[in-house]
Amino acid sequence: MFLSMNWIGDFVDLSGLDRKSLIRNFTLSTAEVEDIIEKGSDISGIVVAKILSVENHPESKKLHLLKVDKGDEVVDIVCGAPNVREGMKVALATVGGRVGEITIAPRTLAGYTSYGMCCSEAELGISEDHSGLIEIFEDVPLGTDIKSVYDIDDIIFEVDNKSLTNRPDLWSHYGIAREFATITGRELRSPELVELSKFDTLPPVQVDVKATELCYRYSAIKVENVTRKISPVNMRIRLYYCGSRAINFLADLTNYVMMELGQPMHAFDNAKVDKIEVQTFESGLKFQTLDGTVRNIDENMLMITSGDEPVAIAGVMGGEASKIDDNTSSLLLESATFDGVSVRKTTTRLGLRTDASQRYEKMLDPELCKTATARLLAILCECDAGAKVISSYTDVYAKRYPTITLEFDKRYVDRYTGIDISTDRIVKTLTSLGFAVENEGDSFKVVVPSWRATKDVTIKADIIEEITRIYGYDNFDVFTAESPLLPVRKEVLKSEEDRMKDLLVKSFRMHEVHSYIWSDIQKNRELGINTPENVRIINAQTPDHAIIRVSMIPTLLSFVKENKTYNDNFGIFEIGHTVCGLKADGTCDERNKLGAVLFSKTESEEALFLKARDVALELCEDILHKSPDFVSAEPDFDFEHPVNSFDITVDGEKIGYLAVAHPTVLENIDKKCAVAFVEIYTEKFAKTAVGALKYKEPSKFPAIDIDLTFTADIGSVSFSALERVAEEVSGDMLAGVSFKDIYTADGVSALTLRFSFVSKERTLTKQELVPTTDAIISRFRELGLEMKM
Amino acid sequence: MKQRIEELKKSFGEALALSTDSASLENLRVEYLGKKGHVASLMQGLRDVSDKREAGQLINAFKNEVEGKISEASEALQAAIIAAKVRSARKYNPTLKPERELGSYHPITLATREVEEVFVSMGFAIENYDEIVDDYKCFEALNIPKHHPARDMQDTYYLDNGQLLKTHTSAAQNYIMKKYGAPLRAIFPGRCFRNESTDACHENTFFQMEGMMIDEDISISNLIYFMKTMLSEVFHRDVKVRLRPGFFPFVEPGFELDINCEICGGAGCPSCKNSGWLELCPCGMIHPNVLKEGGIDTEKYSGFAFGLGLTRLAMMKYGVKDIRDFNSGSLKALSQFKSI
Repeated sequence: MFLSMNWIGDFVDLSGLDRKSLIRNFTLSTAEVEDIIEKGSDISGIVVAKILSVENHPESKKLHLLKVDKGDEVVDIVCGAPNVREGMKVALATVGGRVGEITIAPRTLAGYTSYGMCCSEAELGISEDHSGLIEIFEDVPLGTDIKSVYDIDDIIFEVDNKSLTNRPDLWSHYGIAREFATITGRELRSPELVELSKFDTLPPVQVDVKATELCYRYSAIKVENVTRKISPVNMRIRLYYCGSRAINFLADLTNYVMMELGQPMHAFDNAKVDKIEVQTFESGLKFQTLDGTVRNIDENMLMITSGDEPVAIAGVMGGEASKIDDNTSSLLLESATFDGVSVRKTTTRLGLRTDASQRYEKMLDPELCKTATARLLAILCECDAGAKVISSYTDVYAKRYPTITLEFDKRYVDRYTGIDISTDRIVKTLTSLGFAVENEGDSFKVVVPSWRATKDVTIKADIIEEITRIYGYDNFDVFTAESPLLPVRKEVLKSEEDRMKDLLVKSFRMHEVHSYIWSDIQKNRELGINTPENVRIINAQTPDHAIIRVSMIPTLLSFVKENKTYNDNFGIFEIGHTVCGLKADGTCDERNKLGAVLFSKTESEEALFLKARDVALELCEDILHKSPDFVSAEPDFDFEHPVNSFDITVDGEKIGYLAVAHPTVLENIDKKCAVAFVEIYTEKFAKTAVGALKYKEPSKFPAIDIDLTFTADIGSVSFSALERVAEEVSGDMLAGVSFKDIYTADGVSALTLRFSFVSKERTLTKQELVPTTDAIISRFRELGLEMKM
Repeated sequence: MKQRIEELKKSFGEALALSTDSASLENLRVEYLGKKGHVASLMQGLRDVSDKREAGQLINAFKNEVEGKISEASEALQAAIIAAKVRSARKYNPTLKPERELGSYHPITLATREVEEVFVSMGFAIENYDEIVDDYKCFEALNIPKHHPARDMQDTYYLDNGQLLKTHTSAAQNYIMKKYGAPLRAIFPGRCFRNESTDACHENTFFQMEGMMIDEDISISNLIYFMKTMLSEVFHRDVKVRLRPGFFPFVEPGFELDINCEICGGAGCPSCKNSGWLELCPCGMIHPNVLKEGGIDTEKYSGFAFGLGLTRLAMMKYGVKDIRDFNSGSLKALSQFKSI
């Protein structure tokens, strides 16, 4: 929203103050100012002058040769404007003056020298009209600086609309002026109003509010004999500077009052609209708004009708048929308060937002209806002396906001602010903002002004804001809090995920990436992956992004493909959220997962697979102090290799899986590469009890190593299972089992394991270990391993 | 005997001069000092000598001389070998390009950890929360009324089971208040989603860091203190902060927190839209309705909350100009963030 400092100056005397620094203070106390524009600073040396004579240029059809009286001198001017006329008063840019980028100097045009330039409104920067010269009707001496005739000099500032969402009162110059008055400690002046009670004896307007739930107040008044068509220049300048386009006097007037007081108003042509109903329609209808568009009206949209004929969409826009035009001389003026939510829904459904609807959405103060009518009539009568009110001010006040009274004490303010703001200051600030304050000692009782009571100020914490923002946050002394010191811990899942990241980055030199929570169906398809059905986003930007991911791996595989020229060998990982369908209560079964994918163009698939295995192994050993088991399993997903896919289990619980990529996926990534991955269910991982670290005193006696070789189907042997069996059989004599060698010939594999035995009491002999090794051999036989002789 | 020793001395001297490597030196040692060597045979010859004492002394002196000279020669030889190794050594080049590649963290992880560290040092717990939440958690519990524009489809991703992707980390406030009760000090980083089209400055998926502190008498003054301290630590400079009124339904009063622009030093530049200030962190005193929903006694307790834009912070800290780089998966971009 654009605001004019001149306009604000109508209501608060800011003389002697630096207006730019005031605007900056406004940012700190009220709402963010996005831009400050100095109007008129590029206009100088322009005076009121009179065209004494007009001659056609001998060689140009367009140009005229003028004699122009600029008060102190008559000068020759060459001018191309079509509307030049003898006796016309114009704005003349004199030699040495400035118009925008141009500095005026004597200039020869087609053989004749021009000593200045007559200006259009566009050249003066006060409208976009450059069709001809601005004609000056004001009775001022020739030579008068144009800036003392019109308010060309102004400071315009733009306030971020978003920062005003909760302040319906600030959508107007008067409301902003109130803020300036409070910030500067100066007085707020009321606008000039017409006393409406003097029309009470006139006949009322027929107003029938049927939809009382959606309309707080509807007031109307009729005026006839309006003859003025064009708005006064200064009014047009203000409207233009504030981003509005001048249309005609009556339309401009309603806009002007809206910008001044914040109350949207609508002027119907009284010849077309004589009575008013406020209602909704049970079934849809078509309605042409005054911008010429035909719109579909549904049963939720509040309409203004006249004799049940729709004439306006309440709070949004009037109709084409009843709009005021150049022939309008009598009008029915609406000043109403509609329900903000209803207006917002209507604008959303219609895709039509207007200055009026924007204000209604913020929940306007119904009290404003009457003030705005009184203000509009005051300006109207001032600008058009013949205008005559022909009805009483007819006011249907269907629904009222309750008066809000808040009580609090000084201690509450002190606690909430942490500093000491004096009682005096509290009273002064609140009073200046329009609150009625009763103060006795340390207690306060305040009545919230109607313009703040529609939704903005409802509880005492809201009062704190009023006090502190005017006090100034820059003026606060800042202190740390006095709170007891308590031990803090990271949430387990969070801290374990952090450790996983460290391990993957530091030990496995992998790269962390981020992706989206939805599957990319198209990219999956390119890899030959079918995206499994899951919870869907109903308003996804593309249907390809509508399904929430169930696994971290597919996106990572896409990333691998996109990065395959980055390096011959690399690994990437992401820890993120996935959804595994719905829980019994219908909510998403959201699970955190780690996906880690390794890619290599130089290593064998088996070597890469074992590296991925190491990732899982080290995560468990490092963080849980436990060794996982790898159990051959049916793949969960189609991107896993049907043969080399393993469940990772800890304490018998599946915490993830390890696999190499399915050959189809591999083909689609690169003809010649290996890809292996692990996916860890980090939540299950975090729920696994961490193994205790327990000290085992090392033996002072030497260990005996015994190597045993077994024949086995190597693909189905679980090394960790063998280790457990050996431990079980050997008791505390077994210091460790290690993997020595594997040799495969003629389809049979020979597996050599080294068993290391030690005693705490003495040096063991091979002889006394025979029963133990025999027991190991026989238990291994049960697991399908034959001792090789 | 004496004569015999003199002869041996002479021949030892000659032999020693010829022993230029460790093998011949070892042979010489065996020849003279070995079990069957000259010295041993001299000792045997003592039987036939009358003045055993004098002869014994002579033999011993000879033995010491031989031992001394051999070890001297051996040391000299060793020194020569080392010297030769040093002379012949090839110079290595440490500037050769390393073959190994370091891993990397996502820049959001780095930024998150940096902020976490500051808050942990000030006694804040670190929490974790879901990305998919319900209307209550995301809006209702945060005093965002029905029909508030924030709930519009254009801002929020809705799921077909009625849940939604959380639009702000504030969606965890209610959960955390109920989990800890008051007093409480916690931060909770998280990923948020807004249904908007992406460009260099906008992403539909981004990270925030929410923080809350609730206790008796927590004040606006405390809020400013913690924000200023945290940001000064994160940016490693004495950050100037500025609070402006800002409207968020879940705080009252609510603020927009700006920091002085580092790029222009506050003079005004394109990055800060010529204001000298950068908008960084909405914050405020937690709205009493939000505390109530979290089961906290509003007469006894008050608190502040903030929502730091982690993605924005990472962009500022590392000079990332295009927000889309974060979710691109491009290792050319992301592998640059080597270590914490």
